Amino acid sequence: MLTIKNLHANINGKEILKGINLEIKAGEVHAIMGPNGSGKSTLAAVLAGREIFEVTHGEILFNGKNLLDLSPEDRSREGLFLSFQYPIEIPGVSMVNFMKAAVNEQRKYRGVEPLSASDFLKMMREKKELVEIDSALTNRSVNEGFSGGEKKKNEIFQMAMLEPKLSILDETDSGLDIDALRIVANGVNKLKRPDNASIVITHYQRLLDYIVPDFVHILYNGKIVKSAGKELALELEEKGYDWIKNGE
Amino acid sequence: MSKTTTISIKEELVDLYLSNLDLITDNSAPILNSERQAAIENFNLLGLPDQKNEKYKYSKIEPLFTQDFEKYFAPKNITFKVDDIFRCDIPEIGTELALILNGFYLPKGNKINKLDNGMIYGSLAEAAIKYPEIVSKHYNTIADNSGEGLVALNTAFVQDGIFIYVPKGVEIDKPLQIINLLMSDENLLVQYRNLVILEESSKACVVVCDHTLSAQKFLSNVVTEIVVKPNATLDFVKMQNEHNDCTQLSHVYIKQQKDSRVTTNTISLHGGFIRNNLNALLDEEGCENNSYGLYLTDRTQHIDNFSFIDHAKPHCTSSELFKGILDDQATGAFNGRVLVRKDAQQTQAFQANNNLLLTTEAKMNTKPQLEIYADDVKCSHGATVGQLDMNAKFYMQTRGIGEKEAMLLLMFGFAHEVVKKISIEPLRDRIDDLVNKRLRGELSRCHNCPMHCC
Repeated sequence: MLTIKNLHANINGKEILKGINLEIKAGEVHAIMGPNGSGKSTLAAVLAGREIFEVTHGEILFNGKNLLDLSPEDRSREGLFLSFQYPIEIPGVSMVNFMKAAVNEQRKYRGVEPLSASDFLKMMREKKELVEIDSALTNRSVNEGFSGGEKKKNEIFQMAMLEPKLSILDETDSGLDIDALRIVANGVNKLKRPDNASIVITHYQRLLDYIVPDFVHILYNGKIVKSAGKELALELEEKGYDWIKNGE
Repeated sequence: MSKTTTISIKEELVDLYLSNLDLITDNSAPILNSERQAAIENFNLLGLPDQKNEKYKYSKIEPLFTQDFEKYFAPKNITFKVDDIFRCDIPEIGTELALILNGFYLPKGNKINKLDNGMIYGSLAEAAIKYPEIVSKHYNTIADNSGEGLVALNTAFVQDGIFIYVPKGVEIDKPLQIINLLMSDENLLVQYRNLVILEESSKACVVVCDHTLSAQKFLSNVVTEIVVKPNATLDFVKMQNEHNDCTQLSHVYIKQQKDSRVTTNTISLHGGFIRNNLNALLDEEGCENNSYGLYLTDRTQHIDNFSFIDHAKPHCTSSELFKGILDDQATGAFNGRVLVRKDAQQTQAFQANNNLLLTTEAKMNTKPQLEIYADDVKCSHGATVGQLDMNAKFYMQTRGIGEKEAMLLLMFGFAHEVVKKISIEPLRDRIDDLVNKRLRGELSRCHNCPMHCC
């Protein structure tokens, strides 16, 4: 589904990603862990198409298409989804208008008729139940005045609405209490299907108790320095990152 | 602008007045006529506001009057049925609809109407004849003839306009809609006057829409006086939608008495040159005044909002929110003066002006101006001029929303914060819709009008 080959990326001339290689297949959950400043969020941002990062080398194939040639909106329409570490507040834009625009632009891209108002509202209702998001939240402006937990739940709600092929969850667990964490993780697990995949970026093992990864990668200093099964996360939790930093 | 030109424009207007005085008075009413002499003398002293006038720093008024305009001092024969060419885009909200064509009330039946509940509306000139006791008590009592040359000019030339009277205790839930139409085969200067009176404990909503139906140059110099008596509530919505060759100079004067509530929404969708003067005098205790404004400009349009909230007495609250989106080479100005007089303790006054500039060539001047002479007050103000939030745009794009659509949604969201202040839901929804169309460039002319004048 996703193939990253020797990816290098800069911000303001400073190299952050220094040769990433990663292969993700349908049905898989990959966790990316690593200390602060190792490039985890940069990798997520580059995948989503953030312009401030300059890709200097390498390629990314997403379902056979060159991802780097696509605009951020087309990446989304092709089935890529980024759950933001810090979701953006958009005053004045209602959740309903925002989601309606998103869903219908995706449908247009696929050559499908836009949803009728009643079908759209029905879909909103079903997805809200699925991810256990409070109904009142969707009557407000996008993320405006939402608590940290509400913002993260809202990201998972949007993911449920858009049904992406590949979801990238950028530190979705940060700022969540244990109940919110469980709700968010449950949402992700319910949306898991054999034909989609997820990348879970996190500092802590805690989230991986709920979202069980097939692979764990350690990103350090712009490179994936170690990949293994889910047991690697437990090892990290126990030993910290020092043994990675000190060169195994 | 040289001084000689200034004098000649002023003299030209005074001459115009003197040589047409008979025609002006014949087509008006004694109460309106009785104020003219003093007004033209005031105008002769004041002249048009010039660049030395701090209030008009960002809007040059004199050059607007140098164009060659026709001046009608009698209503022209109507050779068309307005209904045939104009269908308002805000339907089914008003119980009553009043039309003004080129400054004269355009009767469908009677020139003045009295409803079962006692509400009176129609031609101001006719009201001055039929209800002289009401009109004379209020007409020209709050407009500033001695300080504002354009108001004095209006008082000298005014012949007609809209009169609205809501009797004591009468509450009208559905809005009264006034549509100002400009249509002419020559460039035209119009000066009309509106008078709105809400008696004690009454309630009303007035929606004023300005439209142009032909492509000629128009210059409107309009004064609206609004008297709101104790415990009365007025919602006043003004929709400006005129073409790029139009100039509108609007002067609204509001006087509020004890415990009254007034909310104004000034929505400037389109216009060549707009200057809105909004003056609210909170003349007794317990008044609430909300002044909201939205202006959407592009190309070389210019919109200048000047507000003056006068807290004369204690325990009054005022809240102002003006927001604007400026595209292309558009220019705008906001000047918000709030005066809290010495006696006006326990005043609460809030003001905000936020602007989005879509290009590097668009320009906005904003000036909050708080003058506080009381010591126990709560006042705040803030002004911002900025660009669209690129983080929000990116966030939307990652959800599959295209860049252009994302920017439109952001602009719409920005504008909606003003529109959502409109209390009447169907009206709010319609204005949301018009704002949306305007931002999408689908409202380049008066909507639904087949004249295609802009």
